[in-house]
Amino acid sequence: MTTAPIIGMTDVPPIIEMSDIEKHFGNIIALAGVSFDVRAGECHCLLGDNGAGKSTFIKTMSGVHKPTKGTIRVNGAPVTFGSPRDAMEAGIATVFQDLAMIPLMSVTRNFFMGREPTKGRGPFRRMDIKAANATCVAAMRSMGINLRGPDQAVGTLSGGERQTVAIARAVHFGAKVLILDEPTSALGVRQTSNVLATIDRVRKQGVGVVFITHNVRHAMAVGDRFTVLNRGRTLGTAARGDITAEALQDMMAGGQDMALLEGSLGGTV
Amino acid sequence: MADTTHIAKDERIGTESFVSRLMKRPELGAIAGAILVTLFFLFTADGAMFTLSGVMNFMTPAAQLGILAIGAALLMIGGEFDLSIGSMIAFAGLIFAACVVTLGLPLIIAIPATFALAALAGTLNGAIVLKTGLPSFIVTLAFLFILRGISLVGLKLATDGSTQLRGVRDAVEGDFLRPLFSGDAFPGLFAWGAQVGIVETFANGSPKVPGIPVEILWFIALTLAATWVLLRTPYGNWIFASGGDRAAASNSGVPVRRVKISLFVLTACCATLVAIITVLDAGSTDARRGFMKEFEAIIAAVIGGCLLTGGYGSAIGAFFGSIIFGMVVIGLSYTDFDQDWFQVFLGGMLLIAVLFNNYIRKRVTGER
Repeated sequence: MTTAPIIGMTDVPPIIEMSDIEKHFGNIIALAGVSFDVRAGECHCLLGDNGAGKSTFIKTMSGVHKPTKGTIRVNGAPVTFGSPRDAMEAGIATVFQDLAMIPLMSVTRNFFMGREPTKGRGPFRRMDIKAANATCVAAMRSMGINLRGPDQAVGTLSGGERQTVAIARAVHFGAKVLILDEPTSALGVRQTSNVLATIDRVRKQGVGVVFITHNVRHAMAVGDRFTVLNRGRTLGTAARGDITAEALQDMMAGGQDMALLEGSLGGTV
Repeated sequence: MADTTHIAKDERIGTESFVSRLMKRPELGAIAGAILVTLFFLFTADGAMFTLSGVMNFMTPAAQLGILAIGAALLMIGGEFDLSIGSMIAFAGLIFAACVVTLGLPLIIAIPATFALAALAGTLNGAIVLKTGLPSFIVTLAFLFILRGISLVGLKLATDGSTQLRGVRDAVEGDFLRPLFSGDAFPGLFAWGAQVGIVETFANGSPKVPGIPVEILWFIALTLAATWVLLRTPYGNWIFASGGDRAAASNSGVPVRRVKISLFVLTACCATLVAIITVLDAGSTDARRGFMKEFEAIIAAVIGGCLLTGGYGSAIGAFFGSIIFGMVVIGLSYTDFDQDWFQVFLGGMLLIAVLFNNYIRKRVTGER
């Protein structure tokens, strides 16, 4: 495993760089020194088993938690996020597992929820429904989803489509770094590949994607770099091609135990 | 969009028919109900019900309830309840009558003062609900009793032991704001109508309907304003979002607390408007004013398509829900049925409406 920067990417500075992040909750150490960075146009996978500290880490990155120790730099300058809004303003958008979608509302209304485009002034200031609908349909189309209509309720979309709406929304509102919290964990095969294709599209638009997952195959499918989190620590970062799926799997599980288990299961895990 | 052409349409999603699009409108049930009720009375009731004076007759109580129901509907869409609006009418009626009669204030001071106090009560309701996280059902149930009790005690204090405060009509005689809240609008138009024979007249030549009762105009104006806000403004979107999923809305930057508190203030102000209109109309106020109105308003909102769980509904639906209510309450007296059947009818309508709304919600969200 190597921590050397990827050739050809050395001159690209990371958009966000987290160094030696520690987070303590009382006497529980959730993160014990995590380093992670994301560059524009790459997909950096953060792998880890349940309880490894993935959630705490992304909540730190998205401004929900303040780190106990360590520094966060955005475009090279050190920052502290007081709230998720601060992080959002710095261009760091998070798509949590609950997606922040309201099933009874239309796709457009969800898309612009809290950030509605308006026209008119004073008491006649109103939502620009036409523009909102057009923008929403176009944004969804660019992600490969043809809506039946912008007034279609989100509740009628499949899980993968909802994920895509959430991603499209974040990208539309200027995300430079997009954190995806286990976007594929509840999806079927077909829908997973749709979401992975969406990640690829977003990456090509120059957005840095943080893909959190515990599924090595999903990570290998789109990842440019891989970082494994285990028991609140990072075990280093590897570039695509420098590491095998088996090695990643081993690191996630903590090595030997898994090797033993895998042996007994005939290498199927 | 170079890569859009290859996206195939999913063959499993059929095109939607006009009917199924219509089915997804929240107000559909209320409109269908209004048509059914109209048909029912067309066949069973005396023809007088659908003359101009008959229509005004049932539209007046419908409007008084409707002003409340619009507020209740918006609050329900925003995901909360207010059971205290009935008591709020008594409370606001007391404040208003005390301002006008006991303190002798002109309407231009008495009305804003009453609204200010009502807004304060609404804010208190909302603040407690949001601060404690208790269901608004319980918090406002407490206020149902608190406000009713204050109204009783306050009335006794203001009148030396009576539960009725009289003399409002004399006190506001000649006040320039009175025509806005009391009496009939457009009397000239109706007098002219009587002359040319459009409006029915009494034997002495004066019109049977002197004008449109102002509460009907308030009711229509409020419905239009609420519909516009809900469907065409960011604030409307925030109401739907706050009621649909509070956490999701607040994660997306919707000021959920502000939205919900403003809705509690709105319902309190709707109750106050009804209080002012009915107190001016009756010339007095009493502690029973607005009794049970909270339930009637919620029923009208539910018949209008509002979900009890929030996030879905419409002001137009509440408008028709209230008209159904007024038609049934008044219409039965035009028929041979015992008038007390109206409660049975109302309960039945509520049950059907809730079942229908549940079905609609499943259609909208695609749940199976």
